[in-house]
Amino acid sequence: MKLTLKIWRQKNNKAKGELKTYPIDGIEGDMSFLEMLDVLNEGLINKGEEPVVFDHDCREGICGSCSLQINGEPHGPDRLVTTCQLHMRMFNDGDTIVIEPFRAKAFPVIKDLVVDRSAFDRIQQAGGYISVNTSGNTIDANSIPVNKHDADESFNAAACIGCGACVAACKNASAMLFTSAKISQFALLPQGRIEATERALNMVKQMDLEGFGNCTNTGACEIECPKGITLVSIARMNREFMSASLEGPLSNVWSKKG
Amino acid sequence: MAILSSSIARKVAMALSGLFLVFFLAQHFTINITSVIDPDTFNSWSEFMGTNGVVQFILQPILIFGVVFHFVMGFVLEIRNRNSRKIKYKSFKWNTNSTWASQNMLISGAVILAFLGLHFYDFWVPEITNKYINVVPDDPTHYYTELVHKFESPVRIGLYCLAFILLALHLWHGFSSSFQSLGWNNKYSKGLRGFTKFYAIFIPLGFIFIALYLHFNQIH
Ligand code: SF4
Ligand code: FES
Repeated sequence: MKLTLKIWRQKNNKAKGELKTYPIDGIEGDMSFLEMLDVLNEGLINKGEEPVVFDHDCREGICGSCSLQINGEPHGPDRLVTTCQLHMRMFNDGDTIVIEPFRAKAFPVIKDLVVDRSAFDRIQQAGGYISVNTSGNTIDANSIPVNKHDADESFNAAACIGCGACVAACKNASAMLFTSAKISQFALLPQGRIEATERALNMVKQMDLEGFGNCTNTGACEIECPKGITLVSIARMNREFMSASLEGPLSNVWSKKG
Repeated sequence: MAILSSSIARKVAMALSGLFLVFFLAQHFTINITSVIDPDTFNSWSEFMGTNGVVQFILQPILIFGVVFHFVMGFVLEIRNRNSRKIKYKSFKWNTNSTWASQNMLISGAVILAFLGLHFYDFWVPEITNKYINVVPDDPTHYYTELVHKFESPVRIGLYCLAFILLALHLWHGFSSSFQSLGWNNKYSKGLRGFTKFYAIFIPLGFIFIALYLHFNQIH
């Protein structure tokens, strides 16, 4: 099929970017969106032009690196798939496709379509872990009983690949779906309860510090999330945060400015 | 206000003040609907609200605080949210993943606020001036006559209807959304959401009905 691509080109973090138009031909419906961009880049390289820079790694929907705003939606028009799993058969011959980087103040553009998502790493580092004694006396996790429902819910939350589509889709560029998934995966397990109070307070505080917006429950994130994380997760985070604020060591929220 | 510096705390505060205003709306509607059913009841309930000390000096200030808080906090959040995406998308398909009402709470909120301005000018200001400044002798039947008089002008009726349509949209998203903000999202939420949507349509429609009814049944 024949397509017209409008792609955001930006030399570096400082430069002012713009949409550039690229006509492309010979695209098969079975190609993935990233393969289509590979074809484009091959052509650009052969012509001696600079290829379009985009993020990718696993190309099988598990790493969360691919992050493109395609025709106004993160990961494109299909549901529950990442950009690398998006097939070109979702588009028609003659379509114009606008490709932009994920936009948020907390996700600055590095080059072209690549954004810096290390804000997510810092949220994760603020509390998205459990502390386990690994001195040789480690208790096997399987010996701790967990009820099936909680285990399933926790696994569902753990499916979050940190792609940032939730932020990209949100009119407020809020990171609450991501943060809530990272809080939920532990909040539901006995191993996670031990540090639950600090985790909720610290991760939310870091999320705010990174400059993400505030959730207004539009629900755009859960529709666009490739891993099916839902608003139930955000509700859980709100509960975790409220109870943590009440019982927490008079930490960040009560005393200092967050 | 250190406690309100956190995003989730603000969200909870928006939800609580919103729910309070939803409750107030139901109470206001209950009184107003009596004007259609029986003017005497309307007068006596209004007289009670207008003269009762608890209502006047405790509940009324709480209500004003609730409205101002909800508005100011909503605005503060809106500014932060706008700042968190400095460079806008060239193409942004919000309508594929969310409703107009949820995306435009600021617009519906601003219209409701403008309406409150008119509402205060229409009823509250003359009422307070007469009561506490000019000290007009209290006539316990003036409420109904005044109400009907206000609904003479078709322009005012138009403005009222417009405002209530936007109130419906505001409630359509806001009412059920406040439970989500409070962390209440479980197997009962679907049923509750049904109720909130019903409320969002029913109450504004009821207010519109009252306005139209009084407009077309003017006492001469
Ligand atoms: S919650 Fe979903 S959209 Fe957000 S980062 Fe995780 S996987 Fe991506
Ligand atoms: S490249 Fe790994 S999820 Fe798309």
